[in-house]
Amino acid sequence: MHHKTLVELSAGLRQGEYSSEELTRTCLDRVALLDKQLNSFITVTEELALQAAREADARIRSGEAGPLTGIPYAHKDIFCTRGVKTSCGSRMLDNFIAPYDATVTQRLNDAGAVMIGKTNMDEFAMGSSNETSFYGLVTNPWDSETVPGGSSGGSAAAVAARLVPVSTGTDTGGSIRQPAALCGITGLKPTYGRVSRYGMIAFASSLDQAGPFARTAEDVALMLGAMAGFDPRDSTSVERPPDDYTGGLNKSIKGLKIGLPEQYFGEGLDSGVTAAVEAALDEYRKLGAVITEISLPNSQLAVPAYYVVAPAECSSNLSRFDGVRFGYRAEVPADLEDLYKRSRGEGFGAEVKRRIMIGTYALSAGYYDAYYLKAQQVRRLIREDFMRAFEQVDVIMGPTSPSAAFRVGEKSDDPVTMYLSDIYTIAVNLAGLPGMSIPAGFTADMPVGLQLIGNYFEEAHLLNAAHRYQQVTDWHNRVPQGYE
Amino acid sequence: MDWETVIGLEIHAQLATRSKIFSGASTRYGAEPNTQACAVDLGLPGVLPVLNEEVVRMAVKFGLATHSTVAPRSVFARKNYFYPDLPKGYQISQYELPIVHDGYLDIELDEDTVKRIGITRAHLEEDAGKSLHEDFHGMTGIDLNRAGTPLLEIVSEPDMRSAKEAIAYMKKIHSLVRYLGICDGNMQEGSFRCDANVSVRPKGQEAFGTRTELKNINSFRFVEQAINYEVERQIAVLESGGTVVQETRLFDADRHETRPMRTKEEANDYRYFPDPDLLPVEIDQAFIAEVTLSLPELPDVKKQRFMDDFGLSAYDAGVLTATRELGDYFETVVESSGGQGKLSANWVMGELSGALNKAGLEIDASPVSAGALGGMLRRIEDGTISGKIAKQVFEALWAGEGTADEIIESQGLKQITDSSAIEGIIREVLENSPTQVEQYRNGQEKVFGYFVGQVMKATQGKANPKQVNELLKKMIND
Repeated sequence: MHHKTLVELSAGLRQGEYSSEELTRTCLDRVALLDKQLNSFITVTEELALQAAREADARIRSGEAGPLTGIPYAHKDIFCTRGVKTSCGSRMLDNFIAPYDATVTQRLNDAGAVMIGKTNMDEFAMGSSNETSFYGLVTNPWDSETVPGGSSGGSAAAVAARLVPVSTGTDTGGSIRQPAALCGITGLKPTYGRVSRYGMIAFASSLDQAGPFARTAEDVALMLGAMAGFDPRDSTSVERPPDDYTGGLNKSIKGLKIGLPEQYFGEGLDSGVTAAVEAALDEYRKLGAVITEISLPNSQLAVPAYYVVAPAECSSNLSRFDGVRFGYRAEVPADLEDLYKRSRGEGFGAEVKRRIMIGTYALSAGYYDAYYLKAQQVRRLIREDFMRAFEQVDVIMGPTSPSAAFRVGEKSDDPVTMYLSDIYTIAVNLAGLPGMSIPAGFTADMPVGLQLIGNYFEEAHLLNAAHRYQQVTDWHNRVPQGYE
Repeated sequence: MDWETVIGLEIHAQLATRSKIFSGASTRYGAEPNTQACAVDLGLPGVLPVLNEEVVRMAVKFGLATHSTVAPRSVFARKNYFYPDLPKGYQISQYELPIVHDGYLDIELDEDTVKRIGITRAHLEEDAGKSLHEDFHGMTGIDLNRAGTPLLEIVSEPDMRSAKEAIAYMKKIHSLVRYLGICDGNMQEGSFRCDANVSVRPKGQEAFGTRTELKNINSFRFVEQAINYEVERQIAVLESGGTVVQETRLFDADRHETRPMRTKEEANDYRYFPDPDLLPVEIDQAFIAEVTLSLPELPDVKKQRFMDDFGLSAYDAGVLTATRELGDYFETVVESSGGQGKLSANWVMGELSGALNKAGLEIDASPVSAGALGGMLRRIEDGTISGKIAKQVFEALWAGEGTADEIIESQGLKQITDSSAIEGIIREVLENSPTQVEQYRNGQEKVFGYFVGQVMKATQGKANPKQVNELLKKMIND
């Protein structure tokens, strides 16, 4: 049962082949059996899950089920879940039971999806390897010596290991696409404003966007349909109904214009990744796509601009974690200053503190113009690069990550090298565009991801291109050893 | 040396919305601590602000009423600093691009002098919560009911040259925001607060002196005291060869002095940047037109109308338009008196104001309604009662003894206008006062007043004084 996709499971549930309760128990059993090794969950909500499954079964019996009704999913621990610990991977929120549901949580609940637990992640979504989590690292199902990527590493590993058919993630600089690539699954970061950020603990507000993980593009499309939509509680969510993400999946992509940015195939790209990506592009040629080279001339500015904007916003967003109202509070503070300094000093991990320091510096009087303002100007240039490119092509493709999964500890002492692992994903967040990563082969037995970038609100185009590719390849069906 | 004082004010007016600026929680004053703070006000992880459109409308009203530019695009920024009653660790406030800027207000200094005070800007922001230091045994209690309450911060140009001018400006703003219905102006509850920037310079010098910012001056009286104290202090410092330090000073209302709070060096670096959770506020001409239509008659316009329509002096018209409530009361009195503008003004500003002051009441709590007062004035006008008897009727109105007509009837206060009756009384008075008649006829005209007094006494004040005068003159000379 655990090898079935969401689409298959949904059909099975409706045909009465099994109940949601049985399906949910299967997932819970697999978590109990396999997650000691992976560490992909921070919290497993067994009782709540079984109760939700029984409610879903009733709904299925009464004929009111949607495609997600009764489907177990894993929820990144960045989304607030009423009555359930919401830690954001941090000691700071280890004691935080959210008193309300995030809009994404609410929408998935309303669709009848069954949350079986909250997944591990880099602390406050800051990281590309899942090594910064207070709850310990997550291992890659393909090789326990390597990282699953981050920050949504737990959600990606859980789907890759067939613990759940689908999961949620958030992507600020690549945190859905990079772990999807490193774990060999499909992940989508929607257009900024497509999915509500309400109740999603903020890292960098102008970049954060929630999206789904699944094994197939078709499953991702169903999840996105449930997650997306205008939310009056998020002023940056866009007042525009979600598209039909499944209806156009099978459309022919003959004549689809694919652009390859020359800057995405240069120095620093692993040769095995290059080979896999080129093979994937050959498949697209066979499907009738027309591939041309394009230029995104300001690409090299994306990482530096991102590491000004994201830390600046995070330094302000994380000020509310002060030991006063919720979360970690230092014991026996001598005075207010001591309460602040020790609560934050002890509650946050090293990477979070590093970014708060960088961001505080970038926003300081006298530096604001040189850093934050300049970075915002760069953002505009990057956006214009993309807009020019989309005058020529329909979809931009390239590698998701410069290498396959790297070894645990390999980059954790060198933040700059770590930051460069998001070199191909970051520009998409700066521009607010939708992006996907789909499984596109292997290098040295480790998965490689192909990145697809679309114009604003063209998630349906990306899903169509991804689905057609998955009809002629089986990379997305490969199972890591030990998780069969 | 002669010194000149330079003052600019920053006024925080709490906007009179039902819910907060970025959340749906109530803004009602005086609730149990933390019962009006929702997830957004508490700054819980994951929450987001959503702008209350009503505050935009209110700010635009203020902008239009002060001849200001209403910005087509304004931006909310984050002002970052740590304080226990600031839940998010930043205050959302407009910084570089305020919603209203470059306006002015005219203040009257005396009967003939009007001074124009520039308004630099007015911007929207959220209030913080309150720290409570009593009753927590060495700890601090936090009440977040006020967190997220909408404020309009109104910043003036440094155009005022005395505490008196500062008070006049502050009162004018106070009156205006209440006219507009955008702030209840309640200073005890903190709905209307003021900080003052004060400096002095030698008379004739162009450059400003170093200023200090005075905080915590939350009554008109305190503003005056604080500014006067601070001006004296700065002059004393400068005259003894010292320099004024740029700093924030706190006014101590008990000791009538200002004390240093923090210097410029100790000031926070607020690390302002545009709040990425909120879109810029965009205001188009259609919205401005709509708000313009909803504006009430403004104090200056109303004052001119009172002068034109009722023949009031500038001073009287100014007093009667000081608040919207007083202006409304006055107009109702005029209407129910049958259009007696001057008489109404005299009674509202005289007898009524005196009685209200004595009882410590505001106009909207007056025991005498505007209609009742107007009804009485109608009886003065038609000669039913004299102005003197009217004071007696007014006292009975105040005591709640009925309408003017009922009181006149039941207490028999109707004026005697029957000539023959008055003539009879005059005859009697003259007969009883032969000595005075003799004196009068010998040229001592002062004695005339004595006869009038005797007639009024005999009629218990009810005789029409004008008639008494005329008849007496005729009869005494006969």
